[in-house]
Amino acid sequence: MTPVQRTVTKTLFALMMMVGFTIALVPLYDVFCNITGLNGKSASQPRAIVSGEVDESRYVTVQFITRTGSGLPWRLTAQDRQVRVHPGQAYEVRFAFVNHGKTASRGRAVPSVSPSEASLHLRKITCFCFQEQRLEAGERLELPLMFQLSRDLPENVHTVTLAYTLYPAAEEQLTSNVIALTQGGGA
Amino acid sequence: MAPKSPPKATLEHSQSASGSAAAHHVEEHHYRSGPLRWLLTTNHKEIGSLYLIFSLSMFMIGGAMALIIRLELFQPGLQMVQPEFFNQMTTMHGLIMVFGAVMPGFVGLANWMIPLQVGAPDMALPRLNNFSFWLLPIAFTLLLSTLLMPGGGPNFGWTFYAPLSTTYAPPSTTFFIFALHMAGISSILGAINIIATILNLRAPGMRLMDMTLFVWTWLITAFLLIAVMPVLAGVITMMLLDINFGTSFFNAAGGGDPVLFQHLFWFFGHPEVYIMILPAFGIVSVIIPTFARKRLFGYASMVYATASIAILSFLVWAHHMFAVGLPLVAELFFMYTTMLIAVPTGVKVFNWITTLFRGEITFETPMLFALAFVVLFTIGGFSGLMLAIAPADFQYHDTYFVVAHFHYVLVPGAVFSIMAAVYYWLPKWTGHYPDERLGRWHFWLSVIGVNLLFFPMHFAGLAGMPRRIPDYALQFADFNMASSIGGFLFGFSQLLFIWVIVKCVRGGVKAPASAWDGATDLEWTVPSPAPLHTFETPPDLRGFKFH
Repeated sequence: MTPVQRTVTKTLFALMMMVGFTIALVPLYDVFCNITGLNGKSASQPRAIVSGEVDESRYVTVQFITRTGSGLPWRLTAQDRQVRVHPGQAYEVRFAFVNHGKTASRGRAVPSVSPSEASLHLRKITCFCFQEQRLEAGERLELPLMFQLSRDLPENVHTVTLAYTLYPAAEEQLTSNVIALTQGGGA
Repeated sequence: MAPKSPPKATLEHSQSASGSAAAHHVEEHHYRSGPLRWLLTTNHKEIGSLYLIFSLSMFMIGGAMALIIRLELFQPGLQMVQPEFFNQMTTMHGLIMVFGAVMPGFVGLANWMIPLQVGAPDMALPRLNNFSFWLLPIAFTLLLSTLLMPGGGPNFGWTFYAPLSTTYAPPSTTFFIFALHMAGISSILGAINIIATILNLRAPGMRLMDMTLFVWTWLITAFLLIAVMPVLAGVITMMLLDINFGTSFFNAAGGGDPVLFQHLFWFFGHPEVYIMILPAFGIVSVIIPTFARKRLFGYASMVYATASIAILSFLVWAHHMFAVGLPLVAELFFMYTTMLIAVPTGVKVFNWITTLFRGEITFETPMLFALAFVVLFTIGGFSGLMLAIAPADFQYHDTYFVVAHFHYVLVPGAVFSIMAAVYYWLPKWTGHYPDERLGRWHFWLSVIGVNLLFFPMHFAGLAGMPRRIPDYALQFADFNMASSIGGFLFGFSQLLFIWVIVKCVRGGVKAPASAWDGATDLEWTVPSPAPLHTFETPPDLRGFKFH
């Protein structure tokens, strides 16, 4: 190999390493955010309730914000916009989903917690956000959110905001795939 | 302070090449004539010229878009263009200037000057060099054609933040991604070529620490390109998948995260801004010693400062995202690492000023541009330090203060350095001196225009004027009118630049091999204009004292 070829080979190797690093950045970011809670995502699985002492010396305000993303004729409202809870205390808030559209549709509420450092200390025992909802035209559905703030919530956190954004779930594609599959199976 | 004399061996070599031997060379390497000559050329000088002409054309197109922006902002209210078109103009102006004007401009200078400065006959991979260049006109024709497509061209800002550039983007975004992929491949191939040339083709006796700073800064820039261009390619590929293949990298509805886009983009984007300024440092570091008739002060510290800036550039990306909701510890980390960059940059400015100290300075046009670079780039650096202060950045974020900052480092910074380089090396390229009187007119009109254009933006930004809007509140009217007048002054002065270049190519005062009094680098040992083939036998520089 000539010296030029050797240099080019090494440079191409460095280039490939950077391509690999770029691909790895996405899962690395997810792992990093799961450990630190930095992007404000809450766990997507239900957690067991932790029984234990309730810290009655401290109040934390929990606010609920609901938004509807584009393309879904739904409304999501929280029964209480704001509650005051003690760390360690389990609390239930009910949310109402209404489909104002003329057809049935599927949607999903995606949560976001701020400040992000609170997201690791927010335990959801039940949440509508763990699965998609399907609403008939004009249907109203009430679903609960049961949560608990763990007692080790940092002292400087006085307010936790939980935002839920409604997004359409891809129903048409899903059902058409299912139909295609069943038809294919029958033939 | 006697300037060092060029090595004897190379002088003899160049003299023989300039005499009857030159004609012999041309016959020996018979080149294709006609239009195909430029399509198929593998000569570093011809490809360098192609890059520079391409860069100048893109500079004029991107500049015309900037003038449309300034025309709309001349007065409050909507007069000239629709807001949708205005957004396309801000986006395309940024993309074309960054990827079409500044980067190819530096690559063109690298193509022309690196082989001449290290004593190499050509670039290490000449055919790859041809391919790298010809990717660019195709990429930018495609990018510009998106303006004519249904839904218009890219309208999401040159930073193309998702989901604005995915969920809410015009249909032409896929073409934008393809164009950017091609420009990225071109940059990567160019960088490989430059690294291979510098590391392998130096003349015998030239060690790494003997190279000129232009070659050094380009070596470091090429490594930056290798490191971050794959990240850009990755992030636009993820956009492509999100738009066309139903993935959710940046889509919160599907479990993705739009903030991930910003992290990935700026992990590319911050080293990218150094890719656009390190070669400028190199150019100024060869021009100032020439016209001060002194050796560069602190050569080794310049090399180490450049390398430090390059390494630090990977640790500062989130200072573009202070307002995104970072935790306190991250705000502090990125604030301090950003401020740390001021140290090696300060070393550089100190070295330039110390090189000038007690020099026998003359003020030819290249020197005027280089001196304006030092002063005006430093102003841009200082406003950068202000933006680095995380709590203050919450006020400055996305205002015209940011626009003022990065235009100060890119226009009287990077662009002035390219102009300085063009005036400095035109005698070598064409064999004629550029018209000094017209050059000075160009310089003074540009320097007045550029300051009138960008300085008031600081005030508008501090007062809260947001960037990327076609209309604004009445209290910003005076600042914007001043900026627009400056913009038109600067923009139309560039016609003078084209005139100077055309005039210089066609004729003018004949330049000798060593065109400038204090010039000592290797390129000044070959005749002016440089023959198509130089250093076919490498100059023997063993035992030669460089600095």
